[in-house]
Amino acid sequence: MTSIVKPGDWLVALAGMALVAGLFLSLWSRAAGTTLIIRSAGKVVAEADLAQNRNFEILGPLGTTVISVENRRVRVASDPSPRQYCVKQSWLSHAGETALCLPNQVSVELAGATKRYDSLSY
Amino acid sequence: MTPSVINLPATTEDHHIAKLAAVAIGLSLVEAALPSPLPGVKPGLANIVTLLVLQRFGWRAAAWVSLLRVVAGSLLLGSFLSPGFVLSFSGALLSLAALALACQLPANWFGPISHSILAAFAHIAAQLAVVYFWLIPHAGVLYLAPIFAAAALLFGIVNGLVASRLLGEKPLIANALPA
Repeated sequence: MTSIVKPGDWLVALAGMALVAGLFLSLWSRAAGTTLIIRSAGKVVAEADLAQNRNFEILGPLGTTVISVENRRVRVASDPSPRQYCVKQSWLSHAGETALCLPNQVSVELAGATKRYDSLSY
Repeated sequence: MTPSVINLPATTEDHHIAKLAAVAIGLSLVEAALPSPLPGVKPGLANIVTLLVLQRFGWRAAAWVSLLRVVAGSLLLGSFLSPGFVLSFSGALLSLAALALACQLPANWFGPISHSILAAFAHIAAQLAVVYFWLIPHAGVLYLAPIFAAAALLFGIVNGLVASRLLGEKPLIANALPA
């Protein structure tokens, strides 16, 4: 059994492990969000620092969506949408996380120090 | 009307390729019956046959066995030309490309385990590329990439070990199969 594993095989296996570990670190690292971007009907209506606690009231076709920032987290506090998905999503704190209130056409997205991908482009 | 007889001269190599492809097809059918925790995570047992053929008969035969297995296996499973078939086919093509490079490595240092790991990574890379650029163009696919890569490494090592072990038993491949 010892001869079937050649020295280079160990090298390839170790390189493979390093690759897998690198993929986990680079694709699964969830950097904390630093700024929030609020869009209404696809247009950016507000950009703000996550460090500052405050509320935003965004007017959409159905009514007012209230977005609140607290302790470096953001949530949709209330929304006129019938199913309330974005409200139930509760607090967002990591870069790349997004809450969409579709019927009211309001979205809030968190961006980190470097924005890795545009999660709203699809 | 006289019955016409078409004779296709088949070489010994053709027979070998056909037999080994049949073994590979059998293994992929067995594997299709196994439940998988995540679609796309499969041991790839048929690749053991590809590795053995690569070692014994060279890359050309391995390419034949691998592609015959993908096409005939998909015909038997009813998935020919489906997205699943495109995934298998693209995975097979890129892992054959990887094997073409890998078998240039010095044989004293790199055995079937290295080949298996490299081919497994190439396989999953091709499949993720097809999924990302064609089937599901969403960043969420990348989120799953580390899991697929980890599975590729694990099964690449296991299949490589099995292939190495089988290669140690010399007569197994060419003679043990019924003529």
